[in-house]
Amino acid sequence: MYKIAVVGDKESIFGFSAIGMDIFPAYEEEDVKQIIPKLIEENYAIIYITESVSRKAEKYLAKLQTNQIPAIVTIPSNAGSLHYGENRIKDMVQKAVGIEINFKEA
Amino acid sequence: MAILNVNLTRIESINLKKSLKTAQKGHKLLKDKLDELIKQLLKMVQENQKLRRQTDEMLKNTYQNFMLAKAVIGEGYIEEALIIPRKSVSVEIGETSIMSVKIPEFHFQEKQEETENKALYGFAYTTSELDRAIESFAEVSEKLLELAQNEKAIELIANEIEKTRRRVNAIENVTIPNYIDTIKYIGLKLSEDERASTSRLMKIKEMLVK
Repeated sequence: MYKIAVVGDKESIFGFSAIGMDIFPAYEEEDVKQIIPKLIEENYAIIYITESVSRKAEKYLAKLQTNQIPAIVTIPSNAGSLHYGENRIKDMVQKAVGIEINFKEA
Repeated sequence: MAILNVNLTRIESINLKKSLKTAQKGHKLLKDKLDELIKQLLKMVQENQKLRRQTDEMLKNTYQNFMLAKAVIGEGYIEEALIIPRKSVSVEIGETSIMSVKIPEFHFQEKQEETENKALYGFAYTTSELDRAIESFAEVSEKLLELAQNEKAIELIANEIEKTRRRVNAIENVTIPNYIDTIKYIGLKLSEDERASTSRLMKIKEMLVK
């Protein structure tokens, strides 16, 4: 049985607790570095993390990328989307395939 | 190019030729694998962009609804209403495999406390805005789960592509040329030996005739 966690500024993530996800307020890279290992230990399979925080901890999160679980997904905060999650995937594809790929708007 | 450190004998050359054939076969297989992985990745990335757009839009609405609820009800009451969650979600993890890359599959499982009313919180201090906000949170969470699975798959496949590419390059540019060079070198060395022994025999024969 695995759980779902939401990490980010409290304002944005508070609502998620209503539908049964566990919330962990974090603002700086240090917070993320403390919280994430704990979450992995406690069987969290999916960790949603708000854009502003995940950008600060970019390097640390990249290290966890190749593990099967947890899946760490960037979500926009209530300040609006910065398209960070999209760009991260784009970079990853570019690194793997060797070319940048732009899909037309479907 | 580098010559492998092997005995310069005919049997060694035969063994090397066998290895070369295996390497070439492996190279072709890996290249096919790489092509297929890239194909799968592109398909997923396309899906990912669609999902991203949807979730971004949905989350925006969700946050708006929540803000509205907060404005109407007041932050203190909302926290009070939601502080003890009556519902808990967990995920089951399955596993699929794409080109032998193991990819986790997430399935939602909701568990709600058994109470008489189905509400997640008391209605006394909350208004319909909160209901709506929570509803949209529930909606978006399903899409987010899909997104999580999709992104994890992309991460794993991208990683596998990099690994496979490195392997293909290593075989193509190092292993195969090394084998070819060594086989050629052994061939040259053996024929040189042969020539040497022939000329030695001729020399001995000459000496004997005298």
